[in-house]
Amino acid sequence: MAEEKKQEFWRWTESNWKNPDIDWKDARFITVGIDVGSVSSQSCIMADGNIFAYANMRTGSDSPNSARNALNYALEATDMPEDRMDYCIGTGYGRVNVPFADRSITEIACHARGANFIYGPEVRTVLDVGGQDIKAIQCDEKGKVTNFLMNDKCAAGTGRGMEVFSDLLGVPINDVGERSFQVKEEPNAVSSTCVVYAKSEATGLLRKGWTTEEVLAAYCRAMAERIFSLVGRVGVTPEFAVTGGMAKNRGVMDRLMPMIKLERMKTEWDTQIAGAAGATLFGYALCQKGKGRKR
Amino acid sequence: MLANYGHKDASGDFFITIDTDKCDSCGDCVTACPADVFEVVDEDPNDPMRDEPVAMVAADKKKKLKYECGFCKPPSDMPPLPCVEACKAGAISHSW
Repeated sequence: MAEEKKQEFWRWTESNWKNPDIDWKDARFITVGIDVGSVSSQSCIMADGNIFAYANMRTGSDSPNSARNALNYALEATDMPEDRMDYCIGTGYGRVNVPFADRSITEIACHARGANFIYGPEVRTVLDVGGQDIKAIQCDEKGKVTNFLMNDKCAAGTGRGMEVFSDLLGVPINDVGERSFQVKEEPNAVSSTCVVYAKSEATGLLRKGWTTEEVLAAYCRAMAERIFSLVGRVGVTPEFAVTGGMAKNRGVMDRLMPMIKLERMKTEWDTQIAGAAGATLFGYALCQKGKGRKR
Repeated sequence: MLANYGHKDASGDFFITIDTDKCDSCGDCVTACPADVFEVVDEDPNDPMRDEPVAMVAADKKKKLKYECGFCKPPSDMPPLPCVEACKAGAISHSW
């Protein structure tokens, strides 16, 4: 039998984290947010509105399982028993499939609230480039949505498309951004934003003698243009922040920002947890209002 | 809140915008639309802290508005749209 050799270039690193400065025993309310996306799942645990622990994992084919795994992974980092949690909110594409959630809230509301938390109250425009959709959201200083648009019909210009390209070109997903700038001259964008068309166009360009880096650059530019056209419909007002996995990809972001003509805000937090953090904050607000779980 | 429901693909932009601050959840758009695009829900899912009913585009329609709205949008001599006409608050607008 021939040995199967397979490298998954698209695979990004899963992680969990615990805030060493917070002791859950001192907290009045422990709230949990679970964001089950189409590609990644996050869980966020907050103690009185401060992030205590979080986890970021890949979504499997089974949403309830993915939600459970994400929560367990975050709990693993802590010594907190699961039944200590006061309220749990599910969000994201698979939000109705979180069996242990007390309620669900759409990812639009959660991302605005989460971006308000991780980037600060100055955020007015939130761009979330997720695994399978793009959300452009305008919000006020409290993180309340004032205008939003979500394109979830077509996955062009989303994280999944980038994974397909990293696999096609054999470039690990974390290196895509850097590699896409190693070109002598910036190539034109691939003409189609559709992942399937773009992939066949890229294959053609490789046959023509383009380097891997040039093809990456052409695709990153196409994604940036696609994202820009969607953001334009909602409008951009400063401050501008990006959430979701694509915020970690320099190749797309550094091409997008000159089009928008703004600087994007910076954060120490993992940009992928914005949705889960927002859900957690809604849970905290509900608990504070006395609308939490009846015990 | 301006809620943009719809999609954008290579064939164009197809969005219905509902201004939820103007919407009084009367439901006139629901009856006016021949394609059942609208529905009135008890709570705006995108604004969970506001406990008031509001009109929105049904979840199973928002990815195919180009086709669902096609009957009201002939290529020439487009009559006024029933949903826009029916909404006295002026909360509904179309992008195409």
